[in-house]
Amino acid sequence: MRVFHPILIVAAALLAVFLQARWNFPRLWLSVQIDLLPGLMVYAGLSAGLATVTLLAVAGGLCFDSLSANPTGVSVLPLFAIGLAIQRQRHLILSGQTYAQWVLGLAASAIAPVMVLILLKTLGRDPIVGPGSLWQWLVASLAGAALTPLYFRVFGRLERALCYRPFYETSFRPDREIQRGRH
Amino acid sequence: MRKAHYIALGFVLLLTLGLLRFPDRADPHVKPAVASLFVPLFGLAGSVERLAGRTSQALTPKRKLGEENERLRRENAELRMRLVQVEEAARENDRLRALIGWARSAPWKGKPARVIARDPANWWRSLHISLGRRDGVAVDAVVLTPEGLVGRVVEVSELRSRVALLGDPACRVAVLVMEGRQVADNGVISGSASVTDSSMVELSYLSPSREVKPGQSVLTSGLGGVFPKGILAGQVIYSHPIEFGLYKKARVKLAVNLDRIEEVWVTTP
Repeated sequence: MRVFHPILIVAAALLAVFLQARWNFPRLWLSVQIDLLPGLMVYAGLSAGLATVTLLAVAGGLCFDSLSANPTGVSVLPLFAIGLAIQRQRHLILSGQTYAQWVLGLAASAIAPVMVLILLKTLGRDPIVGPGSLWQWLVASLAGAALTPLYFRVFGRLERALCYRPFYETSFRPDREIQRGRH
Repeated sequence: MRKAHYIALGFVLLLTLGLLRFPDRADPHVKPAVASLFVPLFGLAGSVERLAGRTSQALTPKRKLGEENERLRRENAELRMRLVQVEEAARENDRLRALIGWARSAPWKGKPARVIARDPANWWRSLHISLGRRDGVAVDAVVLTPEGLVGRVVEVSELRSRVALLGDPACRVAVLVMEGRQVADNGVISGSASVTDSSMVELSYLSPSREVKPGQSVLTSGLGGVFPKGILAGQVIYSHPIEFGLYKKARVKLAVNLDRIEEVWVTTP
């Protein structure tokens, strides 16, 4: 499991970026492309180690930028900041609760694009932003929130399907068994 | 924060700063290398789509295919007739140009390409096409469809290219506003008019003294040296003066639906 988990998460990031670039229907229906990576980062932050969070931020951010007009590397830092913040506070978060996953997904999907836009403006780029961006931000945040609990379900199933169940020691000891009858 | 957190943060900060500090050096090398990871996925998606297309073709009734075949035959014959006329007009044009000593305008050649991906970010307008350096595509190659102008190539790798679409800050086009066969004004398509509607772009630097009316066609002017003259970009929806009346702006509806294009033509030398 220790090896499979990071591989699964990075493979999911690659697939998420591919889906965003390939399937255009959210843009045709809602004029918004939904970002799938912040929700995935919430899952990684709550269930994986720091190395996996870093790997996901670097691999996911670079993959996203490679298919976008973004300067290379601009998406890495926002993703990592989200992952690091969640990873540091995860002992306080009820990560099994759907509501907590939803709220964290909403916050991550709302913060990530804002941070990227701030970085782009700082770099002197001229992204297309206007009053309609507010609509895009709202829809993308809500969609990210709705998708985050799904990541937990899907990865939970994959984990059960691909990995060995952990072996727990039982409290039963044969030498302390009460033997009934004559001895 | 634990020591490991500091190390990870330092690593990510150094990597990001390194990449963003030298974008001209990093982008041409890192982007194609990372994007090459997607080549098998794009190939697989293309194969699945082709298979679906063939399956739907196989399921189409023979009668319908026959009708379509007949319609295409007629259209082909009409287009051949038109080609003969156009070739004769081009020869005449060349003769007249030679008579008055004008330079012959160089005809451009095109290659068809498939749209394989779109920009995953909401704040850029770009797409990826299935032709690259191997197919003779170069930066600044013009991308168009039979309906009109689409954009220009801004990044080329071996197997694919990225196209900045009309309305993207990386694709500014010098254009003419036409009133019938007369030039009503000239300006520059400078950016997107709406974040959520990719079919609307803004036309700037129109003369405040000239009248630009709804319905007038907008064609490339050939100025700037990237876009050949005479390609249809769209139609004027309305115009308005900007503050202090220095120049006028107009909103243009593009001739091509950029959200739905699947195939384009790329000009090659």
